[in-house]
Amino acid sequence: MAHIKLLNEELPGIVGLLNYRPETGKVLTDLAEILLRGPSSLTSGEREIIAASVSYWNKCHFCHTSHAAAAAAHLNSGLALIDDIKAGLPNTPVSDKLRALLHIAHQVQGNGKNVTEADIEAARAEGATDIEIHDTVLIAAAFCMYNRYVDGLGTWAPGPNEAYAEMGERMAHVGYGKF
Amino acid sequence: MFRPETAGPLNALVQTLLHDPHPTLSAGDRELIATYVSGLNNCKYCTTIHGAIAKHQLGDDGELVKQVRNDPESAPISAKLKALLKIAAKVQSGGKNVSDADVAFARAEGATDIEIHDTVLIAAAFYMFNRYVDGLDTWQPDDDELYDKMGEQRAREGYLTKPFKVDRTEQTV
Repeated sequence: MAHIKLLNEELPGIVGLLNYRPETGKVLTDLAEILLRGPSSLTSGEREIIAASVSYWNKCHFCHTSHAAAAAAHLNSGLALIDDIKAGLPNTPVSDKLRALLHIAHQVQGNGKNVTEADIEAARAEGATDIEIHDTVLIAAAFCMYNRYVDGLGTWAPGPNEAYAEMGERMAHVGYGKF
Repeated sequence: MFRPETAGPLNALVQTLLHDPHPTLSAGDRELIATYVSGLNNCKYCTTIHGAIAKHQLGDDGELVKQVRNDPESAPISAKLKALLKIAAKVQSGGKNVSDADVAFARAEGATDIEIHDTVLIAAAFYMFNRYVDGLDTWQPDDDELYDKMGEQRAREGYLTKPFKVDRTEQTV
């Protein structure tokens, strides 16, 4: 059970929190919608992989599994992607640019100050633009927030990967704040 | 502005969390939580600017802000706010570190569920803002008077108005 009395205790993870406090729920879903589904030269699948990876590094089961399921829905890859993200994507075709951006995201997850000039240069050498680097840093930072929000209030989360399939489809194809 | 698409929701988030009127926790309390967490994250820009905003929200009491930054336990703030700052510190160190006992303690000091919720979200949001600012290695002024002026503006106007122009050539870094 969550640390606070939610209005609907059946809603998992962040969903119960967004419902509990609509004033903040609205801005949090607007941010997710822009970051993950807004106009960008990174595909939504790539951005969801960044979000899911950061959430996994932060050990946030709900955010990792739901955003990995959303990535799977965008990429039509099947739910095996959820575990592949945990392993560092050995079985998923991922561009060298995305790998360089994932490294930057990992540095941000450790601490913003860990991002080095060399990390940025490596991403640029793989073709990453300044906006893509900006968005990667912001997605990584934002998921550090969502993960702490979800875990800091002790929300419940479904266990098995399969329980997230439908949620991932809706996140990918309907959007955030729209269901 | 480098990325207006994302600036919109980020400004809306900080406006909602820190500036909009709420039935509980004053804007000053909220800015103190933001300042304290930014200090724990060693984010100089966020600590200084939100410290300046907190000062102006708290009747120009810069000494109080300094005391909270250094040691909330001995600062002259309510027992409830001390308990909420403990929760904020737990969130900063990792969401799962917030224990039932931390929450029960805050409740015993009079914190409501919404105050606990908002504290966790402010702490989490500043964990984001701190990483965003430092992850892109942004330019930061090194001028206390300038931060004070910016803080006064934000305390009065909130986060949705244009910043005044800063002449970077006058700054010494």
